[in-house]
Amino acid sequence: MYRVDLKDGADLAGFRRALRGLVALDVEPDEVNWSGGNAPSLFGDAALLPVDAPPVPLPRPVGALIESVVCHRDPERYALLHRLVRRVVRGERGILDHHADPLVHRLALLDKAVRRDLHKMHAFLRFHEVRDPASSEGPGAERYVAWFEPDHFIVEATAPFFVERFESLVWSILTPVGSLHWDRRSLTVGPAALRPEGLDRDDRFAEGWQRYYESTFNPARVNPTAMRAEMPRKYWANLPEAAAIPAMIRSAPARVQAMIEAEAAAPRRRNPDKAVAAMARQEPATLAELNRIIRGADPLVPGATQAVLGEGPEGAAIAIVGEQPGDQEDVEGRPFVGPAGQLLSRALEEAGIERSAAYLTNAVKHFKFVARGKRRLHQSPTAGEVKHYRWWLMKELSFVRPRLVVTLGATAALALTGRSVSVLRERGPMGFGQTGLGDWDGFVTVHPSYLLRLPAGEAAEQAYRDFVADLRRAREMVEGAG
Amino acid sequence: MDDALLDKLGILADAAKYDASCASSGAKRRTGGPDGIGSTTGAGICHAYTPDGRCVSLLKILLTNYCLFDCAYCINRRSSNVRRARFSVDEVVQLTLGFYKRNCIEGLFLSSGIIRSPDYTMEQLMLVARTLRRDHGFAGYIHLKTIPEASPWLIEQAGLWADRLSINLELASDRSLKEFAPEKDGGAIKAVMGQVGERILEAKEEKRRFSPAGQSTQMIVGADASTDLSVLETSDTLYRRYGLRRVYYSAFSPIPEASSALPAKPPPLQRENRLYQADWLLRYYGFTVEEIAAGGEGGMLDLGIDPKLAWALKNRERFPVDVNSADREMLLRVPGLGARAVDKIVEARRHTTLRLEDVARLSSGLKRARAFLIAADHHPGGLTDRADLRQRLVAPPKQLSLF
Repeated sequence: MYRVDLKDGADLAGFRRALRGLVALDVEPDEVNWSGGNAPSLFGDAALLPVDAPPVPLPRPVGALIESVVCHRDPERYALLHRLVRRVVRGERGILDHHADPLVHRLALLDKAVRRDLHKMHAFLRFHEVRDPASSEGPGAERYVAWFEPDHFIVEATAPFFVERFESLVWSILTPVGSLHWDRRSLTVGPAALRPEGLDRDDRFAEGWQRYYESTFNPARVNPTAMRAEMPRKYWANLPEAAAIPAMIRSAPARVQAMIEAEAAAPRRRNPDKAVAAMARQEPATLAELNRIIRGADPLVPGATQAVLGEGPEGAAIAIVGEQPGDQEDVEGRPFVGPAGQLLSRALEEAGIERSAAYLTNAVKHFKFVARGKRRLHQSPTAGEVKHYRWWLMKELSFVRPRLVVTLGATAALALTGRSVSVLRERGPMGFGQTGLGDWDGFVTVHPSYLLRLPAGEAAEQAYRDFVADLRRAREMVEGAG
Repeated sequence: MDDALLDKLGILADAAKYDASCASSGAKRRTGGPDGIGSTTGAGICHAYTPDGRCVSLLKILLTNYCLFDCAYCINRRSSNVRRARFSVDEVVQLTLGFYKRNCIEGLFLSSGIIRSPDYTMEQLMLVARTLRRDHGFAGYIHLKTIPEASPWLIEQAGLWADRLSINLELASDRSLKEFAPEKDGGAIKAVMGQVGERILEAKEEKRRFSPAGQSTQMIVGADASTDLSVLETSDTLYRRYGLRRVYYSAFSPIPEASSALPAKPPPLQRENRLYQADWLLRYYGFTVEEIAAGGEGGMLDLGIDPKLAWALKNRERFPVDVNSADREMLLRVPGLGARAVDKIVEARRHTTLRLEDVARLSSGLKRARAFLIAADHHPGGLTDRADLRQRLVAPPKQLSLF
């Protein structure tokens, strides 16, 4: 006969040590006396297990099951787990799939009970705020204390959940089977505790919570059985809101009867027809209003310093739409001020378009980038992002009312047409009206940043001349139309 | 929290409780870290249950119950004499954080009556979510109700901060909507669902954050003349066309300050329950709307038995099925066997030939299943085809306790 002494509660380390010895000696489950704590042995001298047996390789689900089941209160848990492990090492590696096997089934029930207990502790534990005059965080610092009575030995197993969720708070969880203390840096596991007195004293939030609980209850659907199935009575003592339950159930039928019997009341107020009619006019009525909205909105992809708004006179004959602000535009808050913008200015001048008379904007209003050291590298917007910003662009153009919209590069063309445009192949005039996105005479050309990326040489110079020729043609279209 | 805030909390929680949605699941795992607060675990947590059997997972409140709309079924319609209140953005933020730190909630479910304009209202909702996330590092769950009449950009901004967006369809047919909710527009509601659905898909492909836990909706049952068939057809369309995560059914409940357009009567709770069961059959059990509806009469589900049993009783030629050889799809159609039990059966029968006591360990619904199942030691014989099978399977009415 072998005797294994394990600590009270969930002694995972002790069980693992013992299991290694038992497997090494190939001990039959019936040959082991698992005793918790320091109970005297009934079997006289028991044989010793080796202390340095090698680890037992187990399938991952079996390991997870052991970690869970050792938390159960059932005194037979260690013996059952030993039987399971013995079958695994003897070849039944997939034993846990055998759901109908009596041993597997019994262990599954234990596992389920522990997991339910964990879940209920995560759910039903309530922190109370206490002001601690002697706190290391300073007098009167925020501190939280909870008292909970779990069914099983799960206190340590719940720690990761509470640490993760309340990492920035100082708290203690006290239970009859152990305690946890978190000081925002480290976790201390302490001994069993006694129920503290007066925890919910002076906590207005506890009062608020009870008010909320009462108000969110619908008396027309009273169903205490369903409530108790999920929140059995044993938890009520530690739930401040549960004190209200009996009165809520008692008064429910009368409240419903009153609702059913009450005559439909005549409305006290006149219908606010004007206000209802005003709702239809909620869209921004001016470019300035639209710009206020854009400036206040958050970038779809976090990072940009600010939204870069369009620039130029309302009523401009030509609107020029680029892709998105770059690094310099993002900092200065103005479109086309970086290297590509300077190249655009030069080309506009050569094409005979006065930059200040044109309306310049971007399809996407925020700079998107990846940080590489000190540099912020431009990232093209995705189709989804272009679509997200399109609503603003279309509104913007509807205020500016240009006679011609010139798109620079593929992104701007996508924004105006809703399809991917091959800029080099399709450059030139294009009606943007057939797409249902907006009714504009359009002109597709390249983005100046494309010209900047071309290696210096004849090809680059030709590309620049083509760009200027495009702009000149756009100008002629507008003048011809005017 | 002063008395005035406590009072507002009472009013605005009461005003929000007719929304059935409570889920806090589906968000990616995340934590607030040392400077923020909170976490989401993927699965939701119900922090309490009220005596109506419903769970309390999120702080479910309205920003305000003032409303310009006049929807007959709604307690907050403008012609109702209910008490009104309004939270500031900061009050909602402080309430959410205060309850969250006490471990009362998983997060916030925020909706609102429509004040000033849909855009103004939507912007206030969005500001609450943004303040929680950006100024307080709040990593808990946020569910925002979207106002369908609001501008698209606002709804998209809301999607940056919320885990879930939802728009309530409220009534299954456009005709009922027109009759009971004159300011609402069924077309606009579906257009926004389409927009949100599209954005969610795009963001997923482009690995951006946008309402990661999807969108859901709610339909009120029993307020209008819609049949279960038409409700389920609507749900089916919503699941397929807009990729909704959940459709909630809310049995129309008598409300204080009721409108004379609706008869006051107790809520059809059993009908709501059957619709949820049918909804599950649609999503997880491979049933079609037509099959489910055929289990009942005249487009209404059988209130006395669950819709799977109703279907089985009308399709007895498909039974009994052999638990040791039937495919998964057919096992899912056996009354009493849930999807999880079926998965366990399929795994377990690779190891052994299942007997009835084995099945009993895998499923808690054996009482209903045994008339439809063959196991190694069990054959229902003529039981499957008995005329009184329905009576045998329906629990006898509970006896009254007499003192």
